[in-house]
This record gives sequence, structure tokens and C-alpha cells, in this order.
Amino acid sequence: MLSSQLFNIVTIGYFISMVLFVVYLSTRSKAVVLGGTALAYLGFLVQTVAIGLRWYESYQMLGADGRAPLSNLYESVVFFAWTILLIYIVIDLKYKQRAVGAFVIPFAFLAMAWAQLQLNDAIEPLVPALQSNWLTYHVITCFLGYAAFAVACGVSIMYLIKSGKEEKNASGSPAGGILSAFPSTRILDDINYKSIMIGFPLLSLGIITGAAWANYAWGTYWSWDPKETWSLIVWFIYAAFLHARFTRGWVGKKAAWLSVIGFAATIFCYLGVNLVLSGLHSYGG
Amino acid sequence: MSAKDRNAITALWDFFCSLKLTIITLILLAATSIIGTVIQQGRTPQEYLQVYSESTYRLFETLGFFDMYHSWWFLALLGIFSINLIACSIKRFPLVWRTVRNPVLIADDTLFRTLSNMEEYLVKASVAEVQGQLSTYVGQHFAAPVLSEKDGVVHLAAQKGAWARFGVYVTHLSILIIFIGAIVGSLWGYKAYVNIVEGTEATQVYPRGANEPIELGFTVRCDAFSVSYYEGTGRPKEFKSLLTVTDGGRTIVEQRPVIVNDPLTYKGITFYQSSFGPAGDPTFNFRVKVRATGETVDVAARQGERIALPGGGSFRVADFTEQFQNFGAAARLEVAPPAGAPRSFVVLKAFPEFDVQRGGEYIFALVDYKQRFFTGLQVAKDPGVWIVWLGCALMVIGSMVAFFLSHRRMWIAIRPVGDKTGIKIGGSAHRNQPAFEIFFDEFKKNLKTELKV
Repeated sequence: MLSSQLFNIVTIGYFISMVLFVVYLSTRSKAVVLGGTALAYLGFLVQTVAIGLRWYESYQMLGADGRAPLSNLYESVVFFAWTILLIYIVIDLKYKQRAVGAFVIPFAFLAMAWAQLQLNDAIEPLVPALQSNWLTYHVITCFLGYAAFAVACGVSIMYLIKSGKEEKNASGSPAGGILSAFPSTRILDDINYKSIMIGFPLLSLGIITGAAWANYAWGTYWSWDPKETWSLIVWFIYAAFLHARFTRGWVGKKAAWLSVIGFAATIFCYLGVNLVLSGLHSYGG
Repeated sequence: MSAKDRNAITALWDFFCSLKLTIITLILLAATSIIGTVIQQGRTPQEYLQVYSESTYRLFETLGFFDMYHSWWFLALLGIFSINLIACSIKRFPLVWRTVRNPVLIADDTLFRTLSNMEEYLVKASVAEVQGQLSTYVGQHFAAPVLSEKDGVVHLAAQKGAWARFGVYVTHLSILIIFIGAIVGSLWGYKAYVNIVEGTEATQVYPRGANEPIELGFTVRCDAFSVSYYEGTGRPKEFKSLLTVTDGGRTIVEQRPVIVNDPLTYKGITFYQSSFGPAGDPTFNFRVKVRATGETVDVAARQGERIALPGGGSFRVADFTEQFQNFGAAARLEVAPPAGAPRSFVVLKAFPEFDVQRGGEYIFALVDYKQRFFTGLQVAKDPGVWIVWLGCALMVIGSMVAFFLSHRRMWIAIRPVGDKTGIKIGGSAHRNQPAFEIFFDEFKKNLKTELKV
């Protein structure tokens, strides 16, 4: 399949982009970071084409049973990488803080590498449970939300590293070395908040479309199945984050930790539930 | 009421109004919810005792861990969460209401000082001229301003998106509405199931976790059930029941196909395709040829039934499957020939010539078979579901408004300064101030050109 080869190229592109971003942190070379950014954008374009192609190929292989490439673990991981890049590009265009790429592109690369090396990429027709338009709405909203949380997590890690170093310096002077390439903690905090502001309504929509679908297919919009419960856990954590922003004693580091914990819970909701626990979403694994 | 009581009430009120309580409740809800994803919910004591020791089982049972999302402490957490949400809204809403209903029309120096983007300059024109120019300009490029005069100073106040301040309250309200919907559903709705064998009907359904069946008040018949597979694979493509609903002798719905993701609803009760299974043993038609004589007979057989064959032998169908290693339907036969040991082998429906090569006394071909199925339907009635959807819609709208729109305000003071006119201008947004700054800087720049400063 041509799409599969394109996905391989995308994976390599994200890898080189990631390396360039890390090199930039130590060299602060404008040319290097421009290369990293260009590769990330280019990789996103090629991946968009590849996803479209896989969609087309599904019709070639399955005839009328073709469907959007959003239906198994391989396809969802690839789509997750794509959404991470999409949110990253939105944030990059708005803030132009290049160093952020060093902490976000690795998520996309890891996802693509895992999908290409480990997961089954066969195009198979949909089982009856998944034959619904709700599948598309549900998957798209959930993963855009997850991706925004991935960006927020990367930025929060930067925040924690930077503020930790600045505290150690005691003088409160901005940190030097690699950290001088980082945006200021104020900007990092702002990007963190903005990303979660994008992600939270999308996650809410993802949970709601999932509930609507469950109600349509099974007659219950909520059954406390592990996947549902974990999505609610993620929702609770980010709701706590959003309220922490207005509460003295909870801004800064604690909020950044909530963002990191929130993303860890997101990843468990996405992968851990399927790999470790059992429930209604088992076909996703 | 004594002062002490009043203090206690104030303290309690402050406790429930606190955002710290919100954060801690949310984190507690998140942390405790994990329990129910690790411990399987709603199983029988026997199943739990296979996994946990007796003392652990007792402890979990006391703590309500086996149905934790309905346990008193989890519901209490949700209760605290709701009270907190209501208290916070009651405390803050009147202030916001006043801000929106009675906007500040006259900006004094104190207010101007709080605005980070305040600017001041002089123009060579009369107060009346400047006032006219500014009113038109602000009206065209921002929002129609309200004019007022105080101590010889003309004030312009304009605002946009004041209602954006309500977004957060709509979001909070939506959560309460969802809770109400869930309560309505659990009080007046039910979740049940019913198995209907093809060609038969049902008037009752069986709620989960209860023994008494529920009368539907109408009749549901399953005319047929079928499974189809994707070609060449054992991967199911469609589970389909044909359902007919009759009510008081009248046929309401006739042979409506119900598949997964496409349920049937009548009188607020919805039927979902959920499972299926064989009803009784299948019946088979075989064509059997006696190798020695060439004689051919057609025989009908039920699974397990021993059938006599010409020439003194007999056979029975020991086992049957609809899908045998991707070859389709297959039956395992046990044949007792007139002489010698019994034999056991498999006959495939798709390959009627295949059994010739086995070289037995009898040659079997499976002509066709009939397996009756039952269809397993989930049955749900939930009068609260529309309340839940209303809440969800409000949540989406409310959170979008709360996150992406802001209340933007602008104030201008115009006063005579000698033979010139002094202008003071400032603005603010209650959220996303940086984006407003960009707009406002551009606005002020263009305004200066307009006024020829």
C-alpha cells in the first residue's frame, strides 16, 4: 500500500524534525530550528495525504464497505499523531515559540514509530458495533482533545524544568544554557492554559458524542464502563486545572503538574484501558 | 440566632463557596473513580470470592466498592460538588448580573488607572466636534457608545459581548441539568432485556438485577433473525432482527429490520439488537448414497438423533457449526456401518462431492439445514434522556462562550483643555486580554489618523 510507505516517510520526517529541535536547544541556531519546523509542517502535509489515501484504498479493497481510517488501534494512533501536529501548528503559528517543538514532536514521533513498527495496519471492514456515523464524530473530537492535552503536557514539562532551575538559582534570574532557548515561564503557562482551553471543550464534546452513540446503539448513555469512567477522570482533572487558574496557591507549578497528570490519565484512558482493563471498547485494542 | 450560630453559618457558606473545595472535590472524584475501573462492578459474591480473600471481600463490600458509583460516599461527593457549584454561582452571579445590566458609563480616573492600555492626547477641535466624530467612529468600529456628561466632561462608554460573562454559569447550570436528567432516568426509566425466539412474541421484558418482569403493554414479535459475514471471512457484517409490534390487535410496525446502531422505538421504549443464539437443535437434510448399490435416499435429521440407513447401518449428527475454518457450515457425523467399527468425520455443506473420496460405505452430502435463533434485545426506557441532551447542548455552548468569547469594554472621556480638547481612552476584556490589546492598539492608531492628531 502506498499510504503505508508514506506513513514511513512521515515517521522518519518527524524523527529528523525532533532531532533538529533538540539540537536547536543546545546550539540556538536559527537555520536548524527552521529546518525542524519546516520538516514538521511538511510531515503533517504528507501525513494528511497519506490518511486521505488510506481512506481511498479502503474503498479499493473493500468496495462499498470502505470507511474513514479511524477504526482500529493502528489507525487511531496514526490519527493521534496527526492531531498532535495540527494543534502544534496552530500553537506555533500563534506563539512562534520554536523551542516548544522539542517537547511536542517527540509525542507524534513515538506514536508514528509505535504504529509503524508494532501495530497491525491491515484494512479491515467494520464490525457491526462500529457501523455508525457517530464513530467519526466521536473519534475526531476525542483525539483533537487528546492532542491539545499532549501539547499542554509538553509545555508543562518545559515549565517545570525552567521554574525548577530558576528556583535553584535563587537569585531569580532567568536560567542560562539550554534553558535560555525556552520561552519565559509566563508564556509557557499561557500556552499550557490555551491548549487546555482548546482541549477541554473538545474532550467534553468527545464524551458527549460517545454518550449519544452509546445511547443510540445500546440504550444507555452512561454505564460506568472503564473507558467512559477514565474519560470522566481526565475531564475531572482538567476541570480542576481550569479552576486552579483562579485560585491562589494553585497557579504555576501545581497547575503544570495537573496538566502533566491530566495527560498521563489521557494516555491511560486511550491505551491503558484497552491493554490493561476490559470493557465495551475492547475492539479498539 | 446567636452570633456564634451566625458565624458557623457564614463559615459553612464560605466553605461551600470556596474554589479550593472545587479543586479538591474534582481531584477526589477523579482519584476515587479509578477504584471502579480496577474492581469489576456489579458481580455476584461468588465471582468476587474467587478473586479476593474473604476479609478483603468484606472490607470492599462495606466500602461499597462493588457498586461504587452508586455508593453513599460517591453520591455524597457528587452532592458536595453540586452544592459547591450552586453556592459559587449564587455568590458570584449577582455581581456579574449588575455588571451586565448596569454597565459603568462614566469612567473616573481610578478606573482609567487600572487599564493597562490607557492613552491620552489633545486635538485641535471643539468638544462637540470631537464627541460627534468619536461617537460615529466607535459606533462603526466597535459598538454604539452611550453618551453621558458629568462636570463638563463628556463620557462615551461602549461594550461588546457582555453576555459572554454568562458562559461559565450556563456551563455550571448544564452540569446540574445533566444530573437532574440522570435522576429522572433512574427513577422513571429502566434497563431490561428480552430474548425472543424466531417466530414467537414477547409482552414482557426482564429488568437487570430484578426478578419481576415488566409488562410492555404491547407485543413484540421476532419474525426472523440473521447474521451475515464479510465475504470469505468469519468477520460478522450485520446482525439483523425483523421485528413486528402489535398493540391492541393493531399492527403498528411490521417486519422492521433492527440492526446494531439502528434500534426500534415505540411508546418511549427502545429495542436494541444486542445478542443472539441458537434456539433448540438445528434440523438437517442429508442426501445419502450407498456406495455398494448406488441407492440414494434423502433423510431429515435433528442433531443427536440416530437415523437408520438402507443396508442396516445408521448415523447421527454429533456436532454442527455454521462456520468451520472458513469453509462455512459443517456437520460432524458418527456412522455405524453394518459391520465394523463406527466412524466419525466432518461433512461440509459447501463441498457436497467431498465425501466420495472418504471411501466409506455411505456417501453423505449436507443438502441444507435449518437452525432457529433467538434474538437478544436490550430494552430501555429513559424519560430523562432529553434532559441530559439539553444539559449536554448547554455545556457545549456554555463552555465555548466561556472559553472563546469575552466581554470587551471601552471608555472615552472628552474634556476642554484651553482652546483644545483632551481625550482619554482605555479599554479592557474580561478574558483573553492579549487578543483585545492587539485589536485595541490598531483601533487607537486608526482613531488618531481619523482625528488627525
